[in-house]
Amino acid sequence: MIIQPKHLTKTVILFGLIFLNLIAARSALSQTSPNDILVHYQAQAETQADSMRGQVLFNTRHGNDWSCSTCHGSPPTISGKHASSGKGILPLAPAANDKSLTSLKKTEKWFRRNCRDVLSRECTAQEKTDVVSYLLTLKLN
Amino acid sequence: MIHKPLLLLIASSISLVAYADNDYIRPLSQSKAYQAECASCHMAYQPGLLPAQSWQRIMNNLPNHYGSDASLDSATIKEISTWLIDNAGTYEHVSNPPKDDRITESTWFKRKHRKIVEEVWLRASIKSPAQCMACHSAAANGNYDDDFVKIPK
Repeated sequence: MIIQPKHLTKTVILFGLIFLNLIAARSALSQTSPNDILVHYQAQAETQADSMRGQVLFNTRHGNDWSCSTCHGSPPTISGKHASSGKGILPLAPAANDKSLTSLKKTEKWFRRNCRDVLSRECTAQEKTDVVSYLLTLKLN
Repeated sequence: MIHKPLLLLIASSISLVAYADNDYIRPLSQSKAYQAECASCHMAYQPGLLPAQSWQRIMNNLPNHYGSDASLDSATIKEISTWLIDNAGTYEHVSNPPKDDRITESTWFKRKHRKIVEEVWLRASIKSPAQCMACHSAAANGNYDDDFVKIPK
């Protein structure tokens, strides 16, 4: 198929649009949303997400000095503070921080570390589901 | 003829003054991984503040990191450990691993802060000797110079 000079502009525009769409699709696919993360954990959990249960878990101390809210605040729609170092922590609630819960790798890392600190063990998939669903209920007033 | 002892006295005074002003600590290179992983809870302490031995122990014990779990995947541990050890302190006064591998337990640290009374460390604006930036506001850039120290109330 020979592209004639009179079709050149249209061809360029066509390929340009295809290219742009591919880029948009690619970035849309690689971007994780908080909802994707909820879906991911829900798939491994035994029962349906319960945001009330998540709220209780978040605010309770589990045998150690800290609860989740000790550093993240209650509700975590405001900036938190590390209990030892005082270092500022960006808000956990996606409504208050559009970077929160957008990377499964990071979410997993922080769950691992912080559950071990708060509960002396890893959180179960159910617990993570409940907490994530709780965080998603939070709105800014 | 110039009086030799006098000359020696002047020369040694100059070198002492130059050293006393040289409280800038910067690693030879930067590590994005170190910044991202290790500065999320506290200041990114410069690798030159501890000997390699201390850094090695810290990186091998991340789940028990001074009261917190700071665990990481092994690939990131390897990357950060290499950088820390490459840039670790080599001057004489940093070569001895301090107690608990804590920077604040180093002999040189205690000596530098010998005039700070206990009450100061406990102020809400400071909390502990580990919060360098409370008084050394440019600590993240490696500036620990006396001239820039402001102790908050």
